[in-house]
Amino acid sequence: MSDLMELEVKKLDFYYQNTIHALKNINLPIFQNKVTALIGPSGCGKTTLLRCFNRMHDLYPKNIYKGEIFFRGKNILVKDLDMIELRSRIGMVFQKPTPFPMTIFNNVAYGLKLRGIKDRDEIYQFVKTALMEAALWDEAKDKLNTSAYDLSGGQQQRLVIARALAVDPEVLLFDEPTSALDPISTAKIEELIVALKEKITIIIVTHNMQQAARISDWTGFMMLGDLIEFNKTEVMFTNPMEKLTQDYITGRFG
Amino acid sequence: MSVSDYELKFLKNSILEMAALVETFIKDAVSSLLNNDVELARKVIRSDHLVNSYDIRIDEDCIKLIALKQPIGKHLRLITTAMKMASDLERIADNAVNIAERDIDIADMHQIDPTVREDIFQMSEIVQSMLRDAISSFVNEDKLLAMDVITRDEAVDKLDDKIFQELMTQMHKCADCIYSGSRISYVSIYLERIGDHATNLAEMVIYMVEGRIIRHIALDKIKTIKDSAANLKNL
Repeated sequence: MSDLMELEVKKLDFYYQNTIHALKNINLPIFQNKVTALIGPSGCGKTTLLRCFNRMHDLYPKNIYKGEIFFRGKNILVKDLDMIELRSRIGMVFQKPTPFPMTIFNNVAYGLKLRGIKDRDEIYQFVKTALMEAALWDEAKDKLNTSAYDLSGGQQQRLVIARALAVDPEVLLFDEPTSALDPISTAKIEELIVALKEKITIIIVTHNMQQAARISDWTGFMMLGDLIEFNKTEVMFTNPMEKLTQDYITGRFG
Repeated sequence: MSVSDYELKFLKNSILEMAALVETFIKDAVSSLLNNDVELARKVIRSDHLVNSYDIRIDEDCIKLIALKQPIGKHLRLITTAMKMASDLERIADNAVNIAERDIDIADMHQIDPTVREDIFQMSEIVQSMLRDAISSFVNEDKLLAMDVITRDEAVDKLDDKIFQELMTQMHKCADCIYSGSRISYVSIYLERIGDHATNLAEMVIYMVEGRIIRHIALDKIKTIKDSAANLKNL
């Protein structure tokens, strides 16, 4: 594997509430400027793994990480880590669009203002760039001061992506970003993800195997907390090494 | 994200390149026979691996597209057609190699009867044009051209019969000619098979364009369909 590593998971175990062993000895590279998909049946641990990358599990008590996750060479599972900094460098987009109850403009500008950027022109430029990168500028430019809730589901999801992009992340985590959207919005988000990887490293959790096949470069198949197989997507979907993987992608279970 | 225009164009170009190489093989193989050029025959045989590489690569590209992009409708037909075409092109190349091998078998042993020589040359020209036009019909999605290719196979079959009769007559008269005559009759068979493969290619194009499988339809029915389609186009 000659691609550069953005993140590297080493011997990761994760326990919910100190009792439920949700991730078991995960070892996984995440390559820079590539889309890595995590697939597997419900409850396999893919969202659990995704949320390790930005320490979302820290928001709840008694969740325990063991092992290491290196982000550009630095272990992010250490105790004294600036979470705000981490979560702006590793952004997240959820299944259900989560716009703030604000205008479209302020949704995108929020993170910039939190960073202390005050110059209005500078904020405007950042907001415009982020909306353009999220392929929403043309649809939103004439209504930046209207409520984000007035946007359609697909547009809201792109707004959320713009919001994450505004703070210039290196990685974006997508947790089933299109499962609540119609097919056309889904196609737009998929195109956007493929375009974004030129600039950003992307990890996507999806129940939709065809989506993983369409847009990802690397795919990890998980089951019951184990990483069963990790390989280039074209290999996973044409000639997987493990029988379990073959059974899953051909629909025998899951 | 479905299959992109770039990916489809790349696939068509791969088929074009493979076909161009195969057409050269046919031309060189027949030329080597008619001009007793053993070195040219050896060149054809040595180059066969190039066609095999295209066959494998196109197969892999098509499988990848089907697995990863879930093509449907015309895109699916185009991709499956390309897979099958690569296979037929590889078989055409094998037949050209067989012709080259027959030339080496009978090098310095034969003087080809001028009538047979002319017929083999004509057969070669027809099958090369069939191949060229079948591929052109694929690239341009031209079902009329594809139908025209199919109708030309009849002439190839007739020439094959004619050559066989001519060679049989000669072999009856000349015992020393039997070995070379039998080898030359194989050349005619290989050219006839190339014609059949070119016909297959054209049939696949019609499936790709119309979604209709016309394999095993009688030739006169195809001529009727072709004429009707041409008339409709001219209206």
